[in-house]
Amino acid sequence: MALPEIPIGESVETAVYWLNDYLGFLMDIFSEFIDILITGFKDGLLFLNPFVFILVVTVFVYLVSKKNLKLAIGTAIGFLLIENMGLWNLSMETIALVLSSTLVALLIGIPTGIISAKNETVFHIVNPILDLMQTMPSFVYLIPAVIFFGLGNVPGLVATIVFAMPPAIRLTNLGIRQVPLDLKEVADAFGTTAMQKLVKVELPVALPTIMAGVNQCIMLSLSMVVIAAMIGARGLGYQVLVGIQRVDIGQGFEAGLAIVIIAIVLDRLTQSLTPKK
Amino acid sequence: MGLSGSGKSTLLRCLNRLINPSDGHILVDGEDIATMDDKELRDVRRKKMGMVFQGFALLPHRTVIDNVAFGLEIQGISNEERYAIAEEAISKVGLKGHELSKTSQLSGGMQQRVGLARALATDPDILLMDEAFSALDPLIRSEMQDELIELQDKLKKTIVFVSHDLDEALKLGDRIAIMKDGVIAQIGTAEEILTNPADDYVSEFVAGVDRTNILTANNIMKRPEPVVSINSGLKVALQLMKKHGISSIFVVDPEKKIKGILFIDDAVQAVKDKRTLHDVLVTDVQTVAPDLPIKDIIPMMTDRNSPLAVVNDKKKIVGVIVRGSILGALAIQEDDANGLT
Repeated sequence: MALPEIPIGESVETAVYWLNDYLGFLMDIFSEFIDILITGFKDGLLFLNPFVFILVVTVFVYLVSKKNLKLAIGTAIGFLLIENMGLWNLSMETIALVLSSTLVALLIGIPTGIISAKNETVFHIVNPILDLMQTMPSFVYLIPAVIFFGLGNVPGLVATIVFAMPPAIRLTNLGIRQVPLDLKEVADAFGTTAMQKLVKVELPVALPTIMAGVNQCIMLSLSMVVIAAMIGARGLGYQVLVGIQRVDIGQGFEAGLAIVIIAIVLDRLTQSLTPKK
Repeated sequence: MGLSGSGKSTLLRCLNRLINPSDGHILVDGEDIATMDDKELRDVRRKKMGMVFQGFALLPHRTVIDNVAFGLEIQGISNEERYAIAEEAISKVGLKGHELSKTSQLSGGMQQRVGLARALATDPDILLMDEAFSALDPLIRSEMQDELIELQDKLKKTIVFVSHDLDEALKLGDRIAIMKDGVIAQIGTAEEILTNPADDYVSEFVAGVDRTNILTANNIMKRPEPVVSINSGLKVALQLMKKHGISSIFVVDPEKKIKGILFIDDAVQAVKDKRTLHDVLVTDVQTVAPDLPIKDIIPMMTDRNSPLAVVNDKKKIVGVIVRGSILGALAIQEDDANGLT
């Protein structure tokens, strides 16, 4: 005799539609917010002439990376190549998407990481959710994202945020937990409040680990905004998608190369911002 | 002091409730720390107690001065004021000029000076020092101990110093509590613990200690008897010496202040020559204070055939030391050492 099938799929479907019907207005507000964020970043990035922008970015990278000349020159060459391939606007759009999703992911992820480091109950709730978020194939996020937010940049970004947030939470949690006991005792012994202990001792000591989480978050964002092109996110991902649909090797490769350049620059830049342990 | 696992660090952490005591009271100035709420406890930790840690526990992202100013910063004291106070604390521990160094650039000894300065900066009444010098190498450790003693002479704070090193405890402690299995086995001065151990554990513990460093003239001197008054005659002195079978006698004034020493040969000769006590009195006598360690007395006794007078700060004779007394004290130490093996 066959066991009755547990309707997992239907239940999730029902839940998603219920959320959409009754909490749709919240989604609309969120959607609005995300849209403003992306547009803001995009307009900002496209405000300057590409060559001026490249100059500004190169100087910026040189200064914040503590005078890493190799990184600065590499950044300049990479961005010039992007401009040369005619992918400037698309690249800036992709960077805008990455920055927006990273910002939101960190705004949610870092506080969640801190709370789950402090509270075992929260940790035990958050941890399996993170497992789920990280192991679920990323394409699966795209479906509810479309239902809630339609097609375009916003659902793409929401899927990206969900995908990119776990390392920020995990590594913040880990960093705070790894603060040596005697440093926590120092904070307590000198009479800190919980907030002072967090801001003056735990976060600074955990910073290298948290920055590793930020780096991961950016990298995952970048990989996901490309996939999010499938539900209408713009930028280089869309270019890759078009390349696949038309079997246009050249177009696909150029867009892919631009993504690689952006990834390397963002990765090295965040790494050089990380204080050495 | 106690061996590892004896509960000494736990007890120390109960004092500022880094570990919450499950029972009992912690009274400081009549107030029970064990029952304080968070806010009161924070106040005590900020103002009354400072702590120095075994592994230094300096904040790695801060410079020396920002580490030292940490406690003041927590109290919300303005930048200008707290840096001024921190400067002062830094110079107290001898680190002037290192204010802006990264703590990782400093040696262990210097790092612990920063730890000490950090605890001193808030000017607490009580300093809790958890094996503060254990992580330092022996030479630096000894140096730091000396400096702590010197500093304490000026500061006069209550210092609770946890140590597993008996020599350190004996050197630093005014009163020493010896702990075993979470219980204080004995509490007292170094001398009390050495001369009168409360139980077998304590006596075994202190068996290996070099007593010549701890025991003082006070512990080994005999009662100053007999002495002869400066107003008595030579005959009285001679009779006393004969009666007690001694070859010399201390001469004192009516207030028992030491005037000199009289040797039997001189006295006999003087009686024959019809001279007085004053004529043959040796006024240049070597005296020692009651708190002088035996270690320093031994060399004085080696080439001397008369007893050593122990006098208090008013020059009044309080005891005498003969060779036998020192040998006796050392013999006890040998016995203890043999008993252990």
